[in-house]
Amino acid sequence: MNTLVLVEHDNSSVNDATLAVVTAAGKLGEVTALVAGHNCGAVADGAAQIAGVSKVLKADDAAYANGLAENVAPLVAGLMDSYDAFLAPATTSGKNIAPRVAAHLDVMQISDILSVEGGKTFTRPIYAGNAIATVESADPKLVITVRGTAFEKAETTGGSASIEDASGPGDAGISSFVSAEIADGGDRPELASAGVIVSGGRALKDGETFESVITPLADKLGAAIGASRAAVDAGYVPNDYQVGQTGKIVAPEVYIAIGISGAIQHLAGMKDSKVIIAINKDEDAPIFQVADIGLVADLFNAVPELTQKLG
Amino acid sequence: MKILVPVKRVIDYNVKPRVKADGTGVDLANVKMSMNPFDEIAVEEAIRIKEAGKAEEIVAVSIGPTKAQETLRTALAMGADRAILVETDEEVEPLAVAKILKAIADEEQPGLVLLGKQSISDDSNQTGQMLAALMGRPQGTFANTVAVDGDSVEVKREVDGGLETVKLTLPAIVTTDLRLNEPRYASLPNIMKAKKKPLDSKTPADFGVDVAPRLTTTNVAEPPVRQAGEKVADVDALVEKIKALGIA
Repeated sequence: MNTLVLVEHDNSSVNDATLAVVTAAGKLGEVTALVAGHNCGAVADGAAQIAGVSKVLKADDAAYANGLAENVAPLVAGLMDSYDAFLAPATTSGKNIAPRVAAHLDVMQISDILSVEGGKTFTRPIYAGNAIATVESADPKLVITVRGTAFEKAETTGGSASIEDASGPGDAGISSFVSAEIADGGDRPELASAGVIVSGGRALKDGETFESVITPLADKLGAAIGASRAAVDAGYVPNDYQVGQTGKIVAPEVYIAIGISGAIQHLAGMKDSKVIIAINKDEDAPIFQVADIGLVADLFNAVPELTQKLG
Repeated sequence: MKILVPVKRVIDYNVKPRVKADGTGVDLANVKMSMNPFDEIAVEEAIRIKEAGKAEEIVAVSIGPTKAQETLRTALAMGADRAILVETDEEVEPLAVAKILKAIADEEQPGLVLLGKQSISDDSNQTGQMLAALMGRPQGTFANTVAVDGDSVEVKREVDGGLETVKLTLPAIVTTDLRLNEPRYASLPNIMKAKKKPLDSKTPADFGVDVAPRLTTTNVAEPPVRQAGEKVADVDALVEKIKALGIA
């Protein structure tokens, strides 16, 4: 089977989310990586070095600079004559583009796969991860989005793929990019790829308290900061901190949940973490049912003490 | 401008879904059903655009069983003007839903189609994007803010790193994210009024759409259960545990 993988990038480097997709695609067959962007030569060079990628297609055009689905989807659909499967990361960018490709190809997309069970059979979560469905496609071609935490990341070195130019219809002329407000976390690791995450819930009271309790512990552990939907809805932190079914799905080595009760919604976003640590004053909180290590305590005393003693 | 708002009847978001023992799906018998929460946000946004004088009519559409009428009545009670039920007892996949909606859009000629980014049942997150592709129109997915201005709409989108704003030429398709708005509750007088609002019934065949599934679900299982670990007595014990993990 010939597969085409959508490389997620910022026109300068390959986003980590791509690496799990390469692994998933490798289970189906040969992997060609598509870099659609503008002045994206460095991305194509990076993609060529990913282990398991046998060819890179570079579509360099101003129309692809911001990954607009209206422009990228026809490019992909046009290339699919030569491929049996198209795979994209289940990120906001992949989720935006892939269904549009599927509709162009008259194919029913398989969203958010967790495993490859056969050439046309996959598992995927439904009902916010409360059930896992095994689905088999009857379509002649596959369009798939891949949950990044469910597959190992391909190595970023070791590959030596050739790079070829590709082109598509260019600008569809119906949409344009206006602006982006992308949070700058400074030295803090990105939530989606962090090894350690410290997450806070509604119990943190307000934005100032969230910052003063959670940030010092995260700093000490070199951790990314996350939050429950309740904390985001209450306005303590911006939405891009949200871990959960409707936010980010994460699976770090260590996830520390502070003042988070453990609603289904939240658990769906973090229950694949290797080690879960929970601090909550309610000993019956559902978070303790999934936590490997639990501490029943008032977080306002326990977290500062923990931060200090880890020093 | 007319706004088309597709809504889906799903298991209520407060109900914990139970997987059937025979692996054929999730048990929906005697379970409370409601409008998909993201679709409720879409209805609310459509009403706000109309209240701002930028739309004249809101048409709600649902594709599903007879009981999806209740979901449409909810949309009408919130403020939609009329409704169309495309009745079928089959599970209709997003691609076929998009094809039916495309046929309805061809008839209704809406300036905006507003719908949830995904249903909380199958979590596909496909219908809006597929509809946009079939209509050859732009899409603003995961909307945080929607601003209609003349013949275009600016959509601020919730993306992984933060927010992104795109400008789309109308007609356009917009899918809603959670923080776009807080949907209103329908008042009792409006619930009564909604009973008199027009509700058309159609079938997929009326639109010439084949709803035969492309995907076969061969099994539905409970996710792997995570075992609870141990509770530690105090912060000192937790410090020891964290140090043993090698992260501090």
